[in-house]
Amino acid sequence: MSAPDATQLEPAAALAPPARKLGALRALLRSPSGAVGLAIVAVLVIAAVFAPLIAPHDPFRMAAGPRLAPPSADHLMGTDQLGRDVFSRIVYGARLTLQIGVIAVGISLTAGLLLGLVAGYAGGWPERILMRLVDVLFSFTEIVIALACLAILGVGLVNAMIAIGIASIPFYARITHSVVLVEKNKPYFEAAIAAGASRLRLIFVHLLPNVIPTLIVVGTLGVSTAVLAAAGLSFLGLGAQPPQPEWGFMLSSSRDLIARAPWMMIFPGLAIAITVLGFNLLGDGVREVLDPRQRAR
Amino acid sequence: MSAALLRVEGLTVAFGHGRGRNVAVEGLSYHLDAGETLAIVGESGSGKSVSSMALLGLLPPRTAHIEGGRALYRGDDLLSLPEAGLRALRGNRIAMIFQEPMTSLTPVIRIGQQLTEALEEHRGLSGAEARDKALEMLRLVDLSDPPRRMRQFPHELSGGMRQRVMIAMAMALEPDILIADEPTTALDVTVQAQILDLMRDVQARFGTAILLITHDMGVVAEMADRVVVMNKGRKVEEGPVGAIFARPQAEYTARLLAAVPRLGARREEDGPRPVTADPARPGEVVLHAEGLGKTFAGRGGLFRKAAGTVAMDDVGFTVRAGETLALVGESGSGKSTSGRAVLRLLEVDEGRIELEGEDLRALPHGSLRKARRAMQMVFQDPFAALNPRMSVGRLIGEPMYIHGIAQGAELQDRVAELLRRVGLEADHMQRYPHEFSGGQRQRICIARALGVEPKLIVADEPTSALDVSVQAQVLELMLELQQSMGLAYLFISHDMAVVEEMAHRVAVMRAGRIVEMGPRRDVLGDPRHPYTSALLAAVPRPDPTALRGKLPKLDLDTLPMGALRQAAPNHWVAA
Repeated sequence: MSAPDATQLEPAAALAPPARKLGALRALLRSPSGAVGLAIVAVLVIAAVFAPLIAPHDPFRMAAGPRLAPPSADHLMGTDQLGRDVFSRIVYGARLTLQIGVIAVGISLTAGLLLGLVAGYAGGWPERILMRLVDVLFSFTEIVIALACLAILGVGLVNAMIAIGIASIPFYARITHSVVLVEKNKPYFEAAIAAGASRLRLIFVHLLPNVIPTLIVVGTLGVSTAVLAAAGLSFLGLGAQPPQPEWGFMLSSSRDLIARAPWMMIFPGLAIAITVLGFNLLGDGVREVLDPRQRAR
Repeated sequence: MSAALLRVEGLTVAFGHGRGRNVAVEGLSYHLDAGETLAIVGESGSGKSVSSMALLGLLPPRTAHIEGGRALYRGDDLLSLPEAGLRALRGNRIAMIFQEPMTSLTPVIRIGQQLTEALEEHRGLSGAEARDKALEMLRLVDLSDPPRRMRQFPHELSGGMRQRVMIAMAMALEPDILIADEPTTALDVTVQAQILDLMRDVQARFGTAILLITHDMGVVAEMADRVVVMNKGRKVEEGPVGAIFARPQAEYTARLLAAVPRLGARREEDGPRPVTADPARPGEVVLHAEGLGKTFAGRGGLFRKAAGTVAMDDVGFTVRAGETLALVGESGSGKSTSGRAVLRLLEVDEGRIELEGEDLRALPHGSLRKARRAMQMVFQDPFAALNPRMSVGRLIGEPMYIHGIAQGAELQDRVAELLRRVGLEADHMQRYPHEFSGGQRQRICIARALGVEPKLIVADEPTSALDVSVQAQVLELMLELQQSMGLAYLFISHDMAVVEEMAHRVAVMRAGRIVEMGPRRDVLGDPRHPYTSALLAAVPRPDPTALRGKLPKLDLDTLPMGALRQAAPNHWVAA
């Protein structure tokens, strides 16, 4: 019997119709945590973008109503000691929160990604030096590094974002590094070397796209950490300054009035908690969607 | 024949529900008699493993559903038995051994405890009794120094030893049925032969019925009394082993058997089978390597250096245009290391590598990248060798783009042409690797390698991850490309039958050294080194009427491992 013809047994038409890109969003919505997380984050983004339309009052105007008024139809979440509308301040605060998330995570992700990529790709002594440096930074609590950065940069919300960003660089560097080490040992990477690819090509065409999915997941989860850290710094008076409607700062300025006006503390606290929950759920959902074990069957 | 020990009727297993429902096994029926070996053979996706997992309730919960059928064992229906009932049978009356002996032993528990646990649980033996029984079983499966093995952890044993432990564990309770799912697939061929011998011995001793699940026709021919052939979840044929091999009734069985490479089929021929009208003859030397050495550093402590592992020692060979040199050997022989060293994917400690007369090791980074154009590689796992985030068009075009051979529309045209050249279609360019089958992916890898018109292709086990019918197509394609384009192949393989089909010359490696090298016809037909003879003797024959004899005993300590001496014209053997 002769050997089968080279094309006979596997008809090309046997390929499934191409799966289209839209699938990612649909898959995200199908996972319960992804759908809830996406909804919360969407509400946050809408609040930030359309703050002037949503907020019933000017968040900075004092005596928009009576001082320390409890929640009512006019002031959904009551007013603070200066008579500012708490609901409006929380809506405007969403802008700051998103800024914190994007800027802090942006800084740590970019720097950590580059560090991890270079260290993981280069190997040898550059890797050892870079990663030991990262280990040293890792041995300090993030908040300590952030405080040190603030001591140098000075107090302020933008500086707090930068400080938080710098403080979590080691985290992202480590994750990138470990993913690179895995990817670097896969045959496709060797195949690219064998094809004669340059170093830049190896790093940016072959390694980077395979590292990014992991980092999207980690970055999404990282937003919640950054929001929490910024709220903490603002609570300590090192981040947002009056009259900025930052949630953490609102918490701290209500500290003395907790018995008389609990709404001043409850609503910013809830906003922080729900936001953190939202990004965590979204991160989990994204992880499910991007999990290579589910993609590559 | 007595009444069947196990009778499976109309077994249907599906994954998922509704539109995503995927039937893995459909209406499968067979019976297993006491003391016989029934082989279930099929290619990947045939449902052979799923059907046997279903018997023991080992299917992944929630995703897999048994939709119908019965499996009668001593009056019980295994498929509808509650979990507690199954647990009483599992490992006790029905035992199972798996393909990967490392993952089926618990890594953190000593061998002894893993063995005695089941004995105490199912047989109610006391600690000392269980220990005696375990020692007896380890002795029975020919493991040296059983008391020491009892204290060892799984990672301290080799793959073959672990599979012996698995068999000891399975047989300790003297089960009626042993389900063996690809029990030797992860093992080297000489170890495979030993394990198969052991399984037969144990079966004769305990009268166990074996349900053997395998893709390897050689193993089937050697072990089975009866055969069930499966394809796409259905049984296509069933019969005694002799009849299946001699007169296959189903067209699928015939095709499967025809695709199996048979060692000895080309014993009287010099080169590979010509597949083009005017095949290119071996020409000038493309690759010359000599004195290659590589030692992987051991994991020393802070203050001392541990001795390294010698992966390659004084390895040298030449490959000519249009010629295939096969590097054969078992795992750890250094054959893959040699292939990667030649491409400088791995830096050797010493030696000389010349590609068309140019010393590769002397090249700086930039020139090496240019030189890579002349040498390409095809990998064992075609899925892992393709970047999952790049489209097939980009993957195939990349080497050509890197070397400035083509760009833009011209590059697209060349990619389309290459796709057609390897039997795929031009509009597959936009697709991603995960949409293709294993064989198609390997074609994509070959197309990628061909784009830059290389002189040499290093193929590292290019078909060992593929089904046998797909393997036949890929080998055919490789032969055709070589004969029409004059490619030189360095073909790395552990499969002697495939080597016989592909190679002009063969180099046999063991423990980092070449122990025998020469024309394929001489090395395989008239092996001069005892290790080569042992390798050839261990290959299972896909023919139940011509079984391999007893394994020759290899004395590893006195095996000649010295420098190569010419034993016959062009035929070199280690002294």
